[in-house]
Amino acid sequence: MKKAFPILAILTVLLLSYAFYQAIWVAPTERTMGDVQRIFYYHVPSAWTAFVLFFVNFVASVTYLARRNPKADAIALVSAEVGVVFCTVVLVTGPIWARPVWGIWWTWDLRLTLTLVLWLIYVSYLILRRFSDSAQTPKLAAVLAIFGALDVPLVYFSIWFFRTQHPQPVIGGGGSIDPRMLHILLINWLAFSCFALLVCWARYRLEMLKRDVEEAEALESLLEVGPRDSKAEIPFRGEPR
Amino acid sequence: MKLWPVTLATLAKDIRLEWRSKDALNSMLFFSLLVVVIFSFSFDPTAEESRQIAGGLVWVAFLFSTIVALNQTWARELRNQVLDAYRVSPAPANALFLAKALGNFILVSLLEAVMAPLFMVFYNLRVLGSAWQLIPVCVLGTWALVASGTFFAAMSIRTRMREVMLPLILFPLSIPAIQAMVEATRIILSGDGSPRFWIVLLLTYDVVFTTACLALFETVLQAE
Amino acid sequence: MPQTIIIASNVVKQFGRFAALRGVTADFSAGKFHVILGDNGAGKTTLLRALAGLAHPTRGTVSILGKSPHEACRDIGYMAHPSLLYDEMSGMENLRYFARLYEISGDTRCEHAIRSVNLDPALPRPVGQYSQGMRQRMSLARAILHDPQILFLDEPFSNVDVHSAQEMVGLLKRMRDAGKTIFVVTHQASLLEGVADEFVWMQAGQIVDRTTHFVQNITRANQP
Repeated sequence: MKKAFPILAILTVLLLSYAFYQAIWVAPTERTMGDVQRIFYYHVPSAWTAFVLFFVNFVASVTYLARRNPKADAIALVSAEVGVVFCTVVLVTGPIWARPVWGIWWTWDLRLTLTLVLWLIYVSYLILRRFSDSAQTPKLAAVLAIFGALDVPLVYFSIWFFRTQHPQPVIGGGGSIDPRMLHILLINWLAFSCFALLVCWARYRLEMLKRDVEEAEALESLLEVGPRDSKAEIPFRGEPR
Repeated sequence: MKLWPVTLATLAKDIRLEWRSKDALNSMLFFSLLVVVIFSFSFDPTAEESRQIAGGLVWVAFLFSTIVALNQTWARELRNQVLDAYRVSPAPANALFLAKALGNFILVSLLEAVMAPLFMVFYNLRVLGSAWQLIPVCVLGTWALVASGTFFAAMSIRTRMREVMLPLILFPLSIPAIQAMVEATRIILSGDGSPRFWIVLLLTYDVVFTTACLALFETVLQAE
Repeated sequence: MPQTIIIASNVVKQFGRFAALRGVTADFSAGKFHVILGDNGAGKTTLLRALAGLAHPTRGTVSILGKSPHEACRDIGYMAHPSLLYDEMSGMENLRYFARLYEISGDTRCEHAIRSVNLDPALPRPVGQYSQGMRQRMSLARAILHDPQILFLDEPFSNVDVHSAQEMVGLLKRMRDAGKTIFVVTHQASLLEGVADEFVWMQAGQIVDRTTHFVQNITRANQP
């Protein structure tokens, strides 16, 4: 298993380089938007990767609640962290793309709004994890993840209907996509997915190591002797049982 | 063990306790009044504009007051670790959740009953659509905020910075419900179409989230 | 031969980098009065809470009467240094509410519990205005209200006047004689000399000794 990690790392670097080359040089220039449109090859795969990671988080959270397996909790944490990063990429590339092309920074279109809400939910998830008592964090976080997952379809429908009432510009345009562009899009998505897997894996190993260290520290069996508590009236009574 | 006797006993106890001190109630009423006044100063639109934005204004104001109400949900139970007495008893965790959620619902409805007429006065609002439709919007919308809010308040008591944690968790998850409330209110006030989709969305939100709260509350209560 | 009713099996309770309990394994017999002693931070409170079902072990199991503590909750009574009572209600009102959590209706058992700690059921004063001694006795009344087989008491005599403490010890002795199993965590073990059946010594999250007598004024041996 350990050997697979460097192999994945090399594969990821190769894929990312190839995908970059494809997106920036090989891909045809879009007729109306020009070269700025190439950000599309980063914007869309990041969104898909983030959604996949959040789905992994949901499955891991449910698994944790069902089985109380600490590995499931670690996977939930890792997928949430990396998912938030990809989500941030979507939210940053969106306005960067929109401004020169459509003249607006933001629009409440479906993908962007859904991404924003997911970003908010998962940032609050990470903050909850940070601020809760460590013995309870896995349970509380898993519960919040389930609420997040239940919320997503509701968010989708509410934005969808809102947009039929208040038409908004759509970043990326609707309509069909040139098959060459689709091909490059998928290559980029593959590269991003490998990258996400790589980072998640590294983070997971780090997290498990951290937990092992904590546990070892906690269970150190050196009996520490503190100052005598004068209220206690307790004499020391000899060796451990 | 049966759910409703414990729920009603707990609800009755909470109402009795609140009635005796009236601390929380009085300060929340005054806070709600302040919120309405400040909003009215800050957003001073014409009559036509008011109908378009009043939905948003009113519900954001309600949201402020709801957070203040929610933050004190578990205060009495925390004070002398009374929550431990509940946890150690055979009483179902759900009963406690329902009692607290219903108590908050009554409290927040009371605050809304004070704030809504004030808003109508300050903004000279007249309802152009069918006013009775505001009732399901109000009931479903308030329940959406209060049910999830009571649940997340219970989660946030197990964290540092509890008062901040509650809105932090509640707001992102409530976005679809808030959008539904605001849009439905706007549609009803301006008589511009049917609020039916938004009311159905609110109902769905309420059913889904209340079920989740009931299913998961035991986990949160016993998480130690 | 006394029956074993509580079994703790390699119980570990970890809070981040700190382990309050480091592999506690012990059996406890029915009908005995156990006193848990140790320095601050030894894990006494955590052990008691783990046995009562309020703290879930990170590893290991606790079994009470062959069931998990949560399943055995009707047979467990718990009391701690905070009163686990509502300050704004009178003693009788508090007990009436907690009785509902155990499906006990009617006032008889509440009155009986209050009288057994030598307090007046008719006293209308809210519990918040009691002296510490009265408050702890009322908390004990709440803990024994449902006539549990096993009692867990965490620092019940802390800051309590001598008279109240002696009342409580007397009641606990009578209960032990009637066949109840009692666990007390305290720093004032001298109160229980002659009453307790066993003294359980804890240090650094483990049980280091179990004696039948509490011996004072023995100086500490050289430390490792």
